[in-house]
Amino acid sequence: MLYREAGEFKTSYQADLATFPIRFDLWGFWAIMAFAALVVPFLINDYWEQAIFLPFFVFALAALGLNILTGYCGQVSLGTGGFMAVGAYASYKLMTSFPGLDIVSITLISGAITAAVGILFGLPSLRIKGFYLAVATLAAQFFLIWMFNKWGWFYNYSASGQISAPERTMFGLAITGANTEPAVTYLFCFAFLFVFAWVARNLVRGRMGRSWMAIRDMDIAAEIIGVNPLMTKLSAFAVSSFYIGMSGALYLMLWKGAAEGTEAFPINVSFNVLFMIIIGGLGSIFGSLVGAAFIVLLPVVFKNVFVGALGWPTDIAEYCQIMLLGSLIIIFLIAEPQGIAALWRTAKEKLRLWPFPH
Amino acid sequence: MKLTKLAIVVATALAVATPAAAEMVFPLLSYRTGPYAPNGIPFADGVSDYFTLLNERDGGIDGVPIKMIECETAYNTDKGVECYEATKGQGALYYQPLSTGITYQLIPKVTADGIPLHSMGYGRTSAANGKIFSHIFNFPGTYWDAASIIVKHIIDQEGGSIEGKKIALVYHNSAYGKEPIRTLEELAKKHGYELMLLPVDHPGQEQKATWLQVRSEKPDYVLMWGWGVMNQVAVQEAANIRFPMDKFIGVWWSASENDTVPAGDGADGYKAVTFHGVGSDYPVYADLQKYVYDAGKSAGAGDQHGYVLYNRGMVSAMWAAEAARTAQKIHGVKDITPAMMRDGFEALDVDEARLAELGFAGFTVPVNVSCASHGGPGLGAIQQWNAKTQTWSIITDYVGADREVVDALIDEDSAAYAAENNITPRECPDAIVMSMGEIVSEIRAMQSRLGELLSMLEKL
Repeated sequence: MLYREAGEFKTSYQADLATFPIRFDLWGFWAIMAFAALVVPFLINDYWEQAIFLPFFVFALAALGLNILTGYCGQVSLGTGGFMAVGAYASYKLMTSFPGLDIVSITLISGAITAAVGILFGLPSLRIKGFYLAVATLAAQFFLIWMFNKWGWFYNYSASGQISAPERTMFGLAITGANTEPAVTYLFCFAFLFVFAWVARNLVRGRMGRSWMAIRDMDIAAEIIGVNPLMTKLSAFAVSSFYIGMSGALYLMLWKGAAEGTEAFPINVSFNVLFMIIIGGLGSIFGSLVGAAFIVLLPVVFKNVFVGALGWPTDIAEYCQIMLLGSLIIIFLIAEPQGIAALWRTAKEKLRLWPFPH
Repeated sequence: MKLTKLAIVVATALAVATPAAAEMVFPLLSYRTGPYAPNGIPFADGVSDYFTLLNERDGGIDGVPIKMIECETAYNTDKGVECYEATKGQGALYYQPLSTGITYQLIPKVTADGIPLHSMGYGRTSAANGKIFSHIFNFPGTYWDAASIIVKHIIDQEGGSIEGKKIALVYHNSAYGKEPIRTLEELAKKHGYELMLLPVDHPGQEQKATWLQVRSEKPDYVLMWGWGVMNQVAVQEAANIRFPMDKFIGVWWSASENDTVPAGDGADGYKAVTFHGVGSDYPVYADLQKYVYDAGKSAGAGDQHGYVLYNRGMVSAMWAAEAARTAQKIHGVKDITPAMMRDGFEALDVDEARLAELGFAGFTVPVNVSCASHGGPGLGAIQQWNAKTQTWSIITDYVGADREVVDALIDEDSAAYAAENNITPRECPDAIVMSMGEIVSEIRAMQSRLGELLSMLEKL
């Protein structure tokens, strides 16, 4: 009843293969995008930008990257934090070495540099699988952070080891630094996420995505039918690291403004992004976004409810928030081990027939 | 879906938290959870109790009640920035994040938003240069002052020369821990000692390897720049390898009862630099007992009274209250804005007499902040732990840092920051001339006199 599909006929294969085949979904998607792009920039303030939207956008991009590698290609990776650091430090070096370069190019080039690093650390995947590959990528995490701490060239020899993004402008508006308008950074990150989620969706539905999924499902069989494991696995690492590198660059330039390698990109970040895609749903674009929102936004929501609305003391609120988040993760994974995206998919299927059960 | 629910929740939260009329909003960015809580809790309790005392005993600062908004940061930069963004819209007058990492993040933000930040004895050391860092204050001293004072104490202990000695620095591997390295390297060149650097990763519980290295390399002195559980573990490990504790000297953040009590007798003789007194033998504690503790209004569990970090929280609250009072006096209004609070910090002058009036006689160093110098007197004394009596006691007089070395480094680092961020240094009036605050108050006095004269003339 909610989904009025009566009268919806597809007259071409192209229309039939659309991402949102049901008109209700399509209109809903564009309504949300229009609201996000046209209404929110006028309502946003510093708190919503710094604590809600930018963290969500940055980690959604990272979760998309990791989902491509782990969810679609089946290569477990615990090096996400290290790759984000590569993106952040690359963008810092580019900003300080080429002051005239615009932010969009810097983000894309940082992503490309991280893709190169990702390919390097993805080479072990050709010989080892599963948990053992996770350990190899864990080495990437620790090695990259150690490297950024060790060689002063990466942080321009500053006394504190911190890197900070100098102020840059785009179309005359300040886009990095402390004097940015929240709407500007919000729109920039939203635009990046929109475009690259679109790209990811199309990549995973195309030839590349299918070869990734073939490797994930049974790599020996895939090799037999002609999927090149070398190219496929390395391309997964490349694309995934590209996304994660971009997210690291946006983390430094637009969200935080300053970062210190060991503190900003520890092993916890790698675990968090992995949890995002597991809870959101492996092998699902929507799952990456939902998982990112779950892990990044729920603590903030709970803190505002406990301390703001209920007025609890701050330490009790913090402990309760940690416990509540943990229990929610357990509940969701018991209810639907495939992740929230699978729950959403099932709900939509049921809603299409509602009020009929089948 | 999620967004609408979030909007309703946050709207309710903000609606509930709208500020009442005429009060001073002092946000308290604290950490009562996480690995740094052992040191965050006494500091937060000290700040809370002092502001409660002002509210109960005096009705606030010159009649304006103080409103504290506590926000949990867990010593985490993300949460610290979130707390800042959440509280700044509620009329926050100053920030004391008690975290070098959060301070680094907030320095450009507070400057853009016009709110002063007091990074008391921590944070970015070069913020002592007030010409470049207009909104950041780190009086009464900086990490570079602390490093220099400790080295001076070592020279004193060694009878005048430390040529050829080996000094190790065990430091928290973060912006906080890396701060003194530059100064210690410069002082190594000047005094001829060898510097050994031993980083310890957050949270600092894995130190066995570090202290085995200390045992094998046998440095003559070990300095520590630790925080949170790292302090306790370091003191315990040093006691385990039987390192001579009187040659183990920590910075002012590495020396609290929470750090030394767990190690028991092994910590006897551990030293640290400090900028305020120890214990509860001060007149202000009598007032605290009467108005706060006996009235059941003490913060937290009420078990931190008289501890080193509790005292430090109180002294930071005292300076903030005095800055607010100075701001009220300069601008002639009771209800001050953050910009006025910044002026108050910049004109702060708390001398021995004023300290005695406040009940802090002999408690800390006199502080005189000026436009060009936000880093205070840079004085420190050495305190030592006595494991039998379980107390700290100050064993030296207050000495200053090697200003020649430290000032040169401050100028260099702040110039680099200004170049990187396109900041033009402000003009500061000559120190001999009256401070801006004094000029303004003189003009106001003249204004009122002329007003009286005019009304007298009109009556004629």
